Amino acid sequence: MAKETGICSWKELALGTAILTPGNASELKTGDWRSMRPVVDYEKCVKCGRCYILCPDMVYSPRDDGYYELNYYYCKGCGICAHECPKGAIEMVEEER
Amino acid sequence: MARRVGMEVSIAAAETVALLDVDVVAAYPITPQTHIVEHLSELVADGQLDAEFVPVESEHSAMSVCVGAAAAGARTFTSTSSQGYALMVEICYIASSLRLPIVMALANRSMSAPISIWNDHADMMLARDTGWIQTVAENGQEVVDLIMHAYRVAEDHRVLLPVIVNLDGFILTHMIEPIQLPTKEEVQAYVPPYKPLLRLDPDNPVTIGPVGVPEVYTEAKKAQDEAIKNAKPVILEAWDEFEKIFGRKYKPIETYKAEDAEIILVTVGSISETAMRAVDRMRAHGKRVGLARIRLFRPFPVEEFVDAVRGAKLIGVVERALGFNGYTGPLCAELKSVLFDNGLNPYVWNFIAGLGGRDVTVEDFEEMAECLEVKANKNEPMGYEIVNARE
Ligand code: SF4
Ligand code: SF4
Repeated sequence: MAKETGICSWKELALGTAILTPGNASELKTGDWRSMRPVVDYEKCVKCGRCYILCPDMVYSPRDDGYYELNYYYCKGCGICAHECPKGAIEMVEEER
Repeated sequence: MARRVGMEVSIAAAETVALLDVDVVAAYPITPQTHIVEHLSELVADGQLDAEFVPVESEHSAMSVCVGAAAAGARTFTSTSSQGYALMVEICYIASSLRLPIVMALANRSMSAPISIWNDHADMMLARDTGWIQTVAENGQEVVDLIMHAYRVAEDHRVLLPVIVNLDGFILTHMIEPIQLPTKEEVQAYVPPYKPLLRLDPDNPVTIGPVGVPEVYTEAKKAQDEAIKNAKPVILEAWDEFEKIFGRKYKPIETYKAEDAEIILVTVGSISETAMRAVDRMRAHGKRVGLARIRLFRPFPVEEFVDAVRGAKLIGVVERALGFNGYTGPLCAELKSVLFDNGLNPYVWNFIAGLGGRDVTVEDFEEMAECLEVKANKNEPMGYEIVNARE
């Protein structure tokens, strides 16, 4: 049977499925798990940084102007940031992909 | 030159492990394995073996320590039995999947309940599908020899898999036998120093044991399956090399008077020596009986088994474990599938004997051979029975 659903050949795997390049978890795209997307209203944001600290997937990163921007490559849509934002500045909206 | 000594088999096993200069021993005591690790701990405490002896709080931890140590590149040993093996087994799957060449002496003992410290092969069967290579000793000398063989095979870069050496609890572990104990030079000539292919090293960071998502788990298991299949030629080659150095010959399926046998009994472990006496007695009465003894259990030596039993019309599989599947013991089920795949169709009867330390005597083997003939002559449907269970 030749329907190939694996991401690589078994012959290419390192011994015992070890990972030989350190830190490559950053390549793992968790963004395609998302059904809801957080959207920040920067009018309401007070730059407290809770979203940045509490997001489990390092989606937020600080900008020079003190606000936080999102990298949706990692956002899995868990909603923690929206729940924790003290100003209600983050809204979870339906993902339309 | 090897020394011929009278020695308890457990002590000889420990002395062999010490001659192999292991780096880490992690073990928790359980009867009947105790003397093996007790003696290793003495050798470490007395400064005769330069190794880390980790007296863990459970077998689960013992195998966890072995996994960590082997992943760091250490030559690693452990030993257990029965319930202890059952507690260890979660980590045993990880050891083989991570391709860590750990060696374990499994002092075969029955599984509770009822509580039994005595010998059968329930733990060997529990290890059956864990991905470890498994060999079986029939006497003390073979325990010594197979431990050396285990390291040579496990650490070979074409293999890199853990190995269990099975030895019957009490019947072997507590027996004092004449043993040719090798010298350090002989051991080193046979088993070169361990050179890990991949190891935990802060200067060269790798991840050992990551998550395998559905898109890679199948490939990971395929690679592991290929590894144990490819281990077989190395196992045989290591036995050939062994013969050159030590003069003793090992085969994956050992036979005894099987060449012209019409009836073949299949045995595993120390009862094979009793079975040989029975074969001699039956041969003296003109019965063409022989033995096929399982030396290599994992990977299973299909061709060698088929060759050994090809001429037999009747096969009696004598095994010391139950499968509780309602139709046969675990070994017999496997052997029948091997026979079927290879187009052989002998009459097979499965004798479950020697459970929980019950003796299997020469007379028992004679009766089994007799019973096998009677059943075959009556054309009874093939099946199994528990031998000598009192009504
Ligand atoms: S929804 Fe979850 S993953 Fe996405 S940004 Fe908010 S906290 Fe991070
Ligand atoms: S938690 Fe809300 S207010 Fe605080 S930085 Fe994030 S978006 Fe702004």
